[in-house]
Amino acid sequence: MLNYIIRRILYALPILVGVNLITFTLFFVVNTPDDMARMQLGIKRVTPEAIAKWKQERGYDQPLMFNNAEEGLEKLTRTIFFEKSVAMFAFRFGHADDGRDIAYEIRTRMLPSLAIALPVFVLGLIVYITFALTMVFFRATYVDFWGVVLCVALMSISSLFYIIGGQFLISKLWHLVPISGYGQGLDSAKFLVLPVIIGVISAAGANTRWYRTLFLEEMGKDYVRTARAKGLPESAVLFRHVLQNALIPILTGAVVVIPLLFLGSLIVESFFGIPGLGSYTIDAINSQDFAVVRVMVFLGSLLYIVGLILTDISYTLVDPRIRLE
Amino acid sequence: MSFKPVILWTDALVYVLVAVIVIFAWQVRRHEHLLAPWRRVGHSASGMAALTILMFFIVIGLLDTIHLRPAIENGNGGSEAAYGVEVLSLLDLLATPLRTQVETTYSAPFATHLYARETVELPGGGQVREFPRLKFGGAHLQDPETQLFGDIATRAGTGAGLALLLWFLIATSVTAIVAHCRGERFVSTLSTIWQGITPVPWRAVFVTLALILLLGGAALALCSDYHILGTDKVGQDVFYQSLKSIRTGLLIGTLTTLMMLPFALLLGVAAGYFRGWVDDLIQYLYTTLSSIPGVLLIAATVLMMQVYMETHPELFDTIAARADLRLLFLCVILGVTSWTGLCRLLRGETLKLREMEYIQAAHAFGVSHWRIISRHIIPNVMHIVLITTVMDFSGLVLAEAVLSYVGVGVDPSTISFGTMINAARLEMAREPMVWWALFAAFTFMFALVLSANLFADAVQSAFDPRMKTLSALARTWRRKSIGKSA
Repeated sequence: MLNYIIRRILYALPILVGVNLITFTLFFVVNTPDDMARMQLGIKRVTPEAIAKWKQERGYDQPLMFNNAEEGLEKLTRTIFFEKSVAMFAFRFGHADDGRDIAYEIRTRMLPSLAIALPVFVLGLIVYITFALTMVFFRATYVDFWGVVLCVALMSISSLFYIIGGQFLISKLWHLVPISGYGQGLDSAKFLVLPVIIGVISAAGANTRWYRTLFLEEMGKDYVRTARAKGLPESAVLFRHVLQNALIPILTGAVVVIPLLFLGSLIVESFFGIPGLGSYTIDAINSQDFAVVRVMVFLGSLLYIVGLILTDISYTLVDPRIRLE
Repeated sequence: MSFKPVILWTDALVYVLVAVIVIFAWQVRRHEHLLAPWRRVGHSASGMAALTILMFFIVIGLLDTIHLRPAIENGNGGSEAAYGVEVLSLLDLLATPLRTQVETTYSAPFATHLYARETVELPGGGQVREFPRLKFGGAHLQDPETQLFGDIATRAGTGAGLALLLWFLIATSVTAIVAHCRGERFVSTLSTIWQGITPVPWRAVFVTLALILLLGGAALALCSDYHILGTDKVGQDVFYQSLKSIRTGLLIGTLTTLMMLPFALLLGVAAGYFRGWVDDLIQYLYTTLSSIPGVLLIAATVLMMQVYMETHPELFDTIAARADLRLLFLCVILGVTSWTGLCRLLRGETLKLREMEYIQAAHAFGVSHWRIISRHIIPNVMHIVLITTVMDFSGLVLAEAVLSYVGVGVDPSTISFGTMINAARLEMAREPMVWWALFAAFTFMFALVLSANLFADAVQSAFDPRMKTLSALARTWRRKSIGKSA
């Protein structure tokens, strides 16, 4: 087991290197630091001194890959590639445009993001599985048909509508919870209720429909027929046998996103003023803070790869038939 | 009036897309085995109703795709005609009253007065703060308070009546054609359609058509004299903006797939077919790309594209060309981030196919790799491509709105559902509230995405019978109810 995990992590390294190369190419090769400086300082009246100062402030005043001005190993290390891209493997993220330490920001903003994303994830799984099971229990009846119709309709509504509509209805019209903001400790609960509910609803259509398909696929298998043949009632077949077996693909499919929960949701956080990583990313995009966006891309793929590894491990934990080689 | 046709990049690609679809349809018509699943699509009531709605969207989108630059009228009648820098589409020309009747600020749907008080100079001197009359909306009315309702009712009634007449003509001629093809009498065909027991669900199509035509006819009769969906902050007609957004939505949904398809198809099939180091390389490529969360990759790429376009202004000559190029880039970027899923599916299917006996036989006969791939493998994975394409469409339309909100979507000068929502997002919090711009954007988007989803559902259940889709459910259900009544 440990052997497998180590090997799996070693396999993940080339992918991270690839991601790193992609971001490096995107941020420094497609557009040189000069271009970025010109863009940020305004296209028209920009002096070479201003560009040089901008680059020096951010540490972009070095050659891209190879520094001929230095000696020995520094030829390689005193470059943008080493100091900006390779350094990310050591979690040295540098500073944002406003001078703050990106690593510190990420650490403090992770919790608010998680405070929304984790309840959405757990509550969502429970709600979707419950609805999907209900539809499967009443399969090929009015309940099932209109359930799927509802799912398709829910899928067709923009997530922005849920947020804007929810804020309007619940916060502005009924004054049940504050429109946006974030508090400390238990106080934050009243801010979190609405975003969590909206988060669950906005993904309800697609997920419920998907889980319904998984359950129905499971219903067609031989062991279900055997269970029925030995006279089990339909509810026992569904809840004891089908549910347990269909949970394997559902749970292992969900494991992938667990690490990504730290990143939060871009849209929900920015609408509700939650000081999490999602709104951090949006702010960085709007103020064209390239350093932050670069770090978020790296962090996102790192967490995704961690999720993939966790998925593989979770397979062996829930399904004894799968052995890791 | 003379004009100079303009073909923007996306226009050209739309023409390519239309050509591809026409060739594809012609191919399908000639081969019975390709036609069979499409016939199943044609027998799905929800799918056909959705297709009817989609057709209207597509017609509006295509009208909006034919671009031209009208000549500027100059008095001396010189030999050189001068063309304006403004690029207009056929839809713009048809909707000239909508485009040019710009008020000063917000006005509610069907309003005759502005939504905000303004200081008005009285003719005898002095000023009052009041809601001034609109310059265009209901301007023909002498006394809006008494005439407004009656005028709207008569106009809407006339429009709807004409639309009903058109519907009657279409329905009759379609019924006549169906009757002729089936060699029946007109009346008996009519009664089978009425009972809803024709294989092609004409009743559903006719009902949908009637609804669209009634709405469309009334809207058409009213829109030149009223702002039927109100005006936005700068006085632009919201109905016009909604119509223009359709093209952007359709483009994002279709061109993205068109862009990524060659890569996904070639790489996916090559990985599955050649295996070995080719497979390793391609797998590495798509695992790396797919491990970056989509929104972040798109955001990073769009940011860099913005920098590139700011520093290279020589690439485009008009504002329209610039906005168009940005739209195209966005499609390419969306394509790059979304091709990995399809690529993985195709690789898996090819791995299965290459072990089939007929491929082994082709190998034994010494058929070249290229020929095996193009003649035997690609035609057999096309159903996956098709299903993915129609399934992705609605997701892409929805994604556009979100991306525009994040600030990495289409150019701010391009009218799209995303830019409409983005511009109007604070209007619900305003006092008094302005709801119509958001309402219009969300309603149009919902209609487009819902019909796309229903059509995708029908296509999926026709091409992949294992999927427990809505259409499949409706089919078994209908059979059951028919069986019960029989």
